[in-house]
Amino acid sequence: MGKIASSSSKGGIGGWINDRLPVTQFYKDHLSEYYAPKNFNFWYFFGSLALLVLVNQIVTGIWLTMHYKPDADKAFGMVEYIMRDVPWGWLIRYLHTTGASAFFVVIYFHMFRGLLYGSFKKPRELVWIIGMLIYLALMAEAFLGYVLPWGNMSYWGAKVITQLFGAVPFVGDALVEWVRGDYVISDATLNRFFALHVVALPLAIVALVVLHIAALHTVGSNNPEGIDIKKHKDENGKPLDGIPFHPYYTVKDIFGVGVFLLIFLFIVFIKPDMGGLFLEHDNYVPADPLVTPALIKPVWYFTPFYAMLRAVPDMQLGALIMFAAIIVLFFLPWIDRSPVRSVRYRRWPFKLMLGLFAVSFCILGWLGMQAASELYKLMAQVLTAFYFFYFVWLFFYSRNEKYHEVPERIEDH
Amino acid sequence: MTDNVNKSRRTLLLSTGALGAVGAGFAAVPFLKSWLPSERAKAAGGPVKADVSKLEPGQMLNVMWRGQPVFVVNRTDQQVGVLESLNDKLKDPESTSSVQPEYVDGLYRSREENLLVVVGICTHLGCSPKYYPDLVPQQFDAEWKGGFFCPCHSSRFDISGRVFSGSPASRNLDIPPYTFLDDKTIEIGNDGEQV
Amino acid sequence: MKKIILLMFLTTSPLLMAAGDYYIGEKVQTNIRSTESLRNGAKTYMNYCMGCHSMDFQRYNRVAEDLELSEDEMMNGLVLTDAKFTDKMTISMGDAQAKEWFGKTPPDLSVIAKARGLDWLYNFLINYYADPNSVTGWNNLTLPNASMPHVLWELQGIRKANFDIYDDEDGNEHKDFQNFEMVEAGLLSEQEYKDLARDLVNFLDYSSEPAQLIRMSYAPWVLLFLSLFTFMAYLLKVNYFRDIH
Repeated sequence: MGKIASSSSKGGIGGWINDRLPVTQFYKDHLSEYYAPKNFNFWYFFGSLALLVLVNQIVTGIWLTMHYKPDADKAFGMVEYIMRDVPWGWLIRYLHTTGASAFFVVIYFHMFRGLLYGSFKKPRELVWIIGMLIYLALMAEAFLGYVLPWGNMSYWGAKVITQLFGAVPFVGDALVEWVRGDYVISDATLNRFFALHVVALPLAIVALVVLHIAALHTVGSNNPEGIDIKKHKDENGKPLDGIPFHPYYTVKDIFGVGVFLLIFLFIVFIKPDMGGLFLEHDNYVPADPLVTPALIKPVWYFTPFYAMLRAVPDMQLGALIMFAAIIVLFFLPWIDRSPVRSVRYRRWPFKLMLGLFAVSFCILGWLGMQAASELYKLMAQVLTAFYFFYFVWLFFYSRNEKYHEVPERIEDH
Repeated sequence: MTDNVNKSRRTLLLSTGALGAVGAGFAAVPFLKSWLPSERAKAAGGPVKADVSKLEPGQMLNVMWRGQPVFVVNRTDQQVGVLESLNDKLKDPESTSSVQPEYVDGLYRSREENLLVVVGICTHLGCSPKYYPDLVPQQFDAEWKGGFFCPCHSSRFDISGRVFSGSPASRNLDIPPYTFLDDKTIEIGNDGEQV
Repeated sequence: MKKIILLMFLTTSPLLMAAGDYYIGEKVQTNIRSTESLRNGAKTYMNYCMGCHSMDFQRYNRVAEDLELSEDEMMNGLVLTDAKFTDKMTISMGDAQAKEWFGKTPPDLSVIAKARGLDWLYNFLINYYADPNSVTGWNNLTLPNASMPHVLWELQGIRKANFDIYDDEDGNEHKDFQNFEMVEAGLLSEQEYKDLARDLVNFLDYSSEPAQLIRMSYAPWVLLFLSLFTFMAYLLKVNYFRDIH
């Protein structure tokens, strides 16, 4: 029998593996020969940081499930068991709770980067839409996880949010009961929320993240100039304004990770409940179906949408508006019709409106944390209206927008 | 790229990499240590008291300590008397390689000659041996002089928990730390004054 | 609200109102690193609080370790029951019994400091006053109509509260707190009692998260190490990016 040698094989163990699983090719495609624009700035740290936080949540989450029981009679005590009796349990839990908030900080920065530099525009529409799906899944994941400590805020938060399903016409009440698996939030609810939180949604999020990166690496990364680097390539087909992700952006991201961890671990070790922002005071009271906390509010990352929900006097309409506020973002690639991506080459009306949009979103977040008052309600109504107005305005304004000329190449500084 | 850049790059790569590796090592510690027995487990695995005053000669008491059976046997003089004669049939008659506190010897393996306190877990694969107190021929041993027999894989131990040659178990039964609180009570899991 | 602001200017002792409508007269300064303060607090807790309030998640041996007490000092000096050293700090009073005596079950205090905050606890402890109209004979400025009687009255003494009661233009009755008046002196001076309350609050703070002692002690080293790592990573990044441009 003759010698059979694959033409691609380089021999050795590496060759043997590569003939069967293209590890080297994968490494080249996504790291050493993935060409990213050379001008990434501060805003471009948050993608890799989101990945870091995801890994942190998964690892610490796995470790927490080793010590936790989703049982309505025990859950509150299990958290305290982790905090006191399990060696280093306190650190693992704080990494997870702080990680939850850090995830949203990082994601909000990451999304705002997309708005700034038009990263959602052609050909990156799918990157954006998959990213929005991740955001949605993340919100569900965070909400479900928040119920698990079974504090009073967990309980009443779960009650209020599941009550939203009652807004669905005709089947609302039946749906609420179906989601809860009982007439109220109960052990059954806790148990299914646990299953969804530790198995179903993490799987979905990881799968979506893989798709997000796959889609990104197909079309290539955007950059602060919004210039397409694939237009100008050298004789080998490498983008002239691109640099290989590894080693350049790996070392840069490692530095970013260092700075992030400094802030993150400062919070974990010095101020893990962030004065009630990351871990709320009322959640240190065990779930009590008879006593509602004085002020029911979600954790800070939900408050902009919560403020919108509260601003509308009608529950069904409020729920509709809240969901619409998220859904509208999915359509951003077709709402913003300007051919220019980056804010750098757009004129002042866009800059002003984008700034106002970001500020109003933050103020809505602040309002969502406050006890309801007439003034706050009015403010929330105005800002909610502005939130939607921004997209309407953008749709019409961007069509015939005047903009500065975009250069062909990324200039050296 | 100049040689200088190359050299300083290599130094930086090494030092950053080393620091990163050290950091990762530190980060792994809490996760590994969280698998150790928790305070709850330690509290549940604390010393256990047993009343030995009502134990007739030849009788055995099964005490739960750290979730495993501890045999407390009030050995008869006859049972204790044959111990020395068994020595050449045993794997480790002096109990040199067995797990036992310093204050028990190799033969009687107890604080008080007649009272045996032994962990009732076979050192082979963790089954619990049965107590066969009588010095009568048994199916598994025609010259049985009293002791413990493990039904799982037929390991045989004498009345001091020493393993017979030809058994799959290689080590004598473990002796837990224990102490006499008074004439009637022992406490398992507590070394007493010796510590 | 205007009345309160006005009051702040009129009275010598400034009144602080935190979010919500409970009364916070003065803030508390605790030092969780003071073992002595924690020991005092633990002692007060065992003697006065633990009759009714459990601390279901805290263990005696953990407290002893963190407060640098030996098993003997802890179990014979502080603990009044025949609990074991490794036990949790539970109490034997049943729920039904508690409801009969107090109308509600006294809450477990393991994490009360996280739920209420230190200032609230401190003010709750120092703002009791005698009130013949209440069931227990006591009332509290910070938690009006508290179902808990003033357990520490022998130490603080019996005080009554003076209120300025008036009707506003709309005919609504207002009741503004003016000051306390000592009716019968207690065993401790005012300052001694406040120190006792502060130490108790400190102990409750510690008990709400015993790990904070470890957490704080690791913090500087973790951050120092990370700073070093980040600095090296920065130099490495700068080195690599010399290639581009």
